[in-house]
Amino acid sequence: MQTANANRLTPYLFLAPAAIVLAVALMYPIGYMIWASFLKWNPSQRIGEAEFVGLRNYIFLLQDPAFRESFWVTVKFSAIVVTLEMFLGVGLALLLDRQLRGMTLLRTVFILPMMIAPIVVGLMWRYMYHPTVGIFNRTLKSMGFDGIPWLSDGDWAFASVIIADVWQWTPFIFILSLAALQSMPKSAMEAARIDGASGWQLIWYIKLPLMMPVLIVTALLRLIDAFKVLEVILVMTNGGPGLSTEILSIRISRTASEFRDLGTAAAMSNMLLILLLVLTFAMFLYSKITEIRSARLRIAAEGES
Amino acid sequence: MSAPVQRQNPAFYALLACLIVMSVGPILMMLITSLRLNVDIMSTTSSLLFMPTLRNYETALCDVLWYTPEHVDFCDPTFGRALGNSLVVAITSTVLTLVLGTMAAYAIVRFRFMGRDVVSLTTLMMRMVPPAVLLVPVFGIWTFQFGINGTKGGIILIYVAMNLPFVIWILQSFIVQVPIQLEESARMDGAGPFQVFFLVVLPLIKPGLAAAAIFTFRVAWNEFLLGNALSDRNSRTVPVTIVNSITEFDIDWGVIMATGMLLAIPPIIFTLIASRQIITGMTAGAVKG
Repeated sequence: MQTANANRLTPYLFLAPAAIVLAVALMYPIGYMIWASFLKWNPSQRIGEAEFVGLRNYIFLLQDPAFRESFWVTVKFSAIVVTLEMFLGVGLALLLDRQLRGMTLLRTVFILPMMIAPIVVGLMWRYMYHPTVGIFNRTLKSMGFDGIPWLSDGDWAFASVIIADVWQWTPFIFILSLAALQSMPKSAMEAARIDGASGWQLIWYIKLPLMMPVLIVTALLRLIDAFKVLEVILVMTNGGPGLSTEILSIRISRTASEFRDLGTAAAMSNMLLILLLVLTFAMFLYSKITEIRSARLRIAAEGES
Repeated sequence: MSAPVQRQNPAFYALLACLIVMSVGPILMMLITSLRLNVDIMSTTSSLLFMPTLRNYETALCDVLWYTPEHVDFCDPTFGRALGNSLVVAITSTVLTLVLGTMAAYAIVRFRFMGRDVVSLTTLMMRMVPPAVLLVPVFGIWTFQFGINGTKGGIILIYVAMNLPFVIWILQSFIVQVPIQLEESARMDGAGPFQVFFLVVLPLIKPGLAAAAIFTFRVAWNEFLLGNALSDRNSRTVPVTIVNSITEFDIDWGVIMATGMLLAIPPIIFTLIASRQIITGMTAGAVKG
């Protein structure tokens, strides 16, 4: 009797520590943040002393041109970065999906940019973009051109930040799409080749559709991560010049630490969270739908045979 | 691999080499800069020929070195201390996350008392929470309610919480593949649930554990924002000290590249010895919803 009881309790014993940590250090802070977004609160106050202001923080944000600018910068940054990385990553995977010596080396080396601290990535790029000692301007000058104001002009800074992110994250998409390509059923490709499909047709009608589920999940994951980028940009430009590279994460941390307005920062965090929630939910829904569809196909195939 | 190795167009090898150079290039440049004297870095004639020197590393590490480098007039102990803090924080939070995460993942897979969909949706949702979003509430709670701001324990707690969802997610996909018959036969032989877990399941999911460990270590070792908000002078981690030293106008490129290099070394070593596990972890995390 006692062992039966113990057995029934085991799953909870196994789950409890993780659940407690998550509840205390993740769920509770998020709930707290939602509450804080309705307060006028500065960092020297306890939360109980803060004044309740209802939706005023949100209304203020919606009218604040600086917030709208940084929201727009975030969306633009994520969209451009994900599109570029998807094209480059998938293209390279299609091109290099063959027996080449040195592929293992490439894959190992390709992970490095993702493993190194974002702070360090920002540092490296800031050094390379440096107006006098950086390699880009040095090369340009030695070839007789003028240097480019990489990080000191708004548009160039935005482009520079995008280049750094593409450098860091294209390998992620490359590795995932290569994995998808290599786990593809060989029979479909052979059948198409026997039917006389050209290389392009093979890619367009067979490979891409079969990779699609993985590609969509990858793109969404990357999109979610692009909204989370902070350190690389913080080190490179700290949001400037002006507001040209001030993504939401930087704006949140500046509102909290420089403007000392925790309520507004919380409201901003909430909006970012809602945006990401929608994306995540879309991803989950999509993977569920494909799962159901493939299960149905399998049943249909078994019924026929 | 069974396919015969055809002769490939040399253009592919050129492309391959080009990609490798592009992804290692910036890292090499950081290494080279860290081995140079500032005079060389700033000189307008860029030459690849220079005398490599470890001076920048000596300046950064002067506190923990057993000798006093003669070129350092004033020894700044910040970095040495931060390195110690980073090691403690990263290792402790990795161990804790792995222990808690494996147990939870096992319970979720084997005992089926909750829908797996619910679990994977929640872990997915918690995985997407950006550190910037946690900044305000965590700072408030840690300071005013738990009273643990400025301690390493506080930083470790938030890192464990941040990494748990991802670790549970990855490990669950590995535990599903462990044949249940193995566990049943162990139980038949009289093993209790804890014995089954430690002696049968754990050894079988080692690759998953390696991947999870590397990913957790990476986040805890590299994270800046929350570490910055929660640490005080004595508990600063390396990323925090690096950012603090670049906000000044006059950047000492040699020394800062040396500290950056020191921060980058552990992840580079992991990548070189365990790239296969990392790729497995990456694909498992993305491809299996």
